Amino acid sequence: MAEYQNIFNRIQARGPGYPGVPLPRGSWKRIGEPLHVHLFGLIGDSQVGPIYLGATGMASIICGLIAFEIIGLNMFASVNWDPIQFIRQLPWLALEPPAPSYGLRFPPLAHGGWWLMAGFFLTASIMLWWARVYKRAVALGLGTHVAWAFASAIWLYLVLGFIRPLIVGSWSEAVPFGIFPHLDWTAAFSIRYGNLFYNPFHMLSIVFLYGSAVLFAMHAATVLATGRFGADRELEQIADRGTAFERGALFWRWTMGFNATAESIHRWAWWFAVLCPLTGGIGILLTGTVVDNWYLWGVKHGLAPTYPPVFGIIADPAQGGAGQ
Amino acid sequence: MNWGIKTSSGIVAIVATILLAIVIIGSFERPPIESVQRGYRGTGMVENYNPRTIATLAEASKLPATLPPLPAAGPKASAIYKNVQILGGLSVGQFTRLMASITTWVAPTQGCAYCHDTKNMASDALYTKVVSRRMIQMVQHINADWKPHVAETGVTCFTCHRGQPVPSNIWFNNPGPAHAHGMASTETGMGLVAPAAGLTALPYDPYTPFLEKDAVIRVQATTALPSGNLQSIKQTEWTYALMMNFSTALGVNCTYCHNSREFGDWSQSTPQRVTAWHGIHMVRDLNNTYLNPLGKVFPANRLGPTGDAPKVACATCHQGVYKPLFGQSMIKGFPELAAAAP
Repeated sequence: MAEYQNIFNRIQARGPGYPGVPLPRGSWKRIGEPLHVHLFGLIGDSQVGPIYLGATGMASIICGLIAFEIIGLNMFASVNWDPIQFIRQLPWLALEPPAPSYGLRFPPLAHGGWWLMAGFFLTASIMLWWARVYKRAVALGLGTHVAWAFASAIWLYLVLGFIRPLIVGSWSEAVPFGIFPHLDWTAAFSIRYGNLFYNPFHMLSIVFLYGSAVLFAMHAATVLATGRFGADRELEQIADRGTAFERGALFWRWTMGFNATAESIHRWAWWFAVLCPLTGGIGILLTGTVVDNWYLWGVKHGLAPTYPPVFGIIADPAQGGAGQ
Repeated sequence: MNWGIKTSSGIVAIVATILLAIVIIGSFERPPIESVQRGYRGTGMVENYNPRTIATLAEASKLPATLPPLPAAGPKASAIYKNVQILGGLSVGQFTRLMASITTWVAPTQGCAYCHDTKNMASDALYTKVVSRRMIQMVQHINADWKPHVAETGVTCFTCHRGQPVPSNIWFNNPGPAHAHGMASTETGMGLVAPAAGLTALPYDPYTPFLEKDAVIRVQATTALPSGNLQSIKQTEWTYALMMNFSTALGVNCTYCHNSREFGDWSQSTPQRVTAWHGIHMVRDLNNTYLNPLGKVFPANRLGPTGDAPKVACATCHQGVYKPLFGQSMIKGFPELAAAAP
């Protein structure tokens, strides 16, 4: 086993559990005694806990639990409280938004009221968790990059479930809760609005989604590959020749003529990740509000090619088109 | 301690592998898959077929032997038999040949007695006889008036019945399985396993609004910018469920009729979409004109959960094949079913 020869390795060195730096005055207490779990050590740090919940964390968990219960119990009711059907059909079960006829009014609980309530508590939970992420970063003296990246995901969530339904004036346009139902909804959304693939912001979002995966793979592979020369000490190595850091940089410069730096690669990654839901949210916001059929929009702007007809002239029979 | 950890990790790995295998075997179809390109290259308008499935369907589509045709000569059926309301113009020979054929098609094991009181063949006492008479009229109507859908291939009783008194792919209004009442949110018509919509979570009864009533199927905007199309995403999910139903009924992809980059555009669609459009209207006509009124004739055990008559959809004739019986026509041997007697 040559693992110890690599400075980056999976050996689990166990000392006494470390509770972390002292908390500022007025904080809540951290919960739980530190505990070492071997299985966690295989995929991360073997130390579990203590955790800091604080007021925002507690409130977020309570709101999240309420939303989870509303969704779960309504799904359970939809199979007549049958536990076997609940488990068998779980991926299919849904809590649907109100019917279009309700517009933006508050419908009776059985007709979408539960959906609105679940949405309210889930949104509250997410917002509170965002505040917690922000406050924890500040408490540790960190920048708030994680919170702003999370905010980008929240933006897409809010556009889909709140802002766009508000603009078009109907809760029914929002996403249902449920595993398969929200996927069916996504497909139906694209069909209704004439194929989302022709939406340039959808294109951008996909670029940043796949781009994030590529960047993540490039960065992670570079760090792992240079770990044997101590790449974790990149700042000590940055000025010297032949170090792990320089080898990593040279690898990319020789491969593609350009290399990111130890600092800029993380900005690349952060912006790619953040721009994915940011552009996606813009694309969703424009759909049905500014553009009603993205394919036809694509035709209008020279985006969609035309193909030679192979089936002859097919006309709409409802418009008096000949039946072949 | 270390041994326990290794064992538990091993057990986790084995369980995960078994679960993965179940998902893979349960979700995927064993090759070979043969693809047939139909549209212009690059548009993905391709049909995928598995020869094993085709072989099974071909076996199920074998036609029964047709009795040799008999001359129109001799006395008319109406002159010899009582209570012959719609086939009285046939000769006795033609009439009995048709009756024998219908027995083969619809009630081969039950025989004449499935519809007739054998002590008095003319009696309308059995509901099955009343239904059969109406069904013969329906077949004549389809063959005479719905040529845009059935063309010259036509249909006979066998197209749907396939040797069974009750065809296998009929449907009823589906109020859904039992669900809790009171405040619980359950009245959405979707969010359960939907066999009628290709096992998706889409609406589980796409038949009633579209193939009995005439709810709007077209949901897509026809202009680039908003110009008053108020169809909702929910409505789209209903249309989507209907299309999944069609796809399963005919054993084809979306692209059998549509160019999927713009589902609504007729100019990019295939001729089959026009045939299907007439089919939708035909099925609505049959359900409302012929099948629903029979609700009064059927006994309770033949009716649906809400007391409605059994109805037809695409799968009732097509049975998983793009053309029923792979396009084999039986109507030429039975001109009396091609149109109502003048």
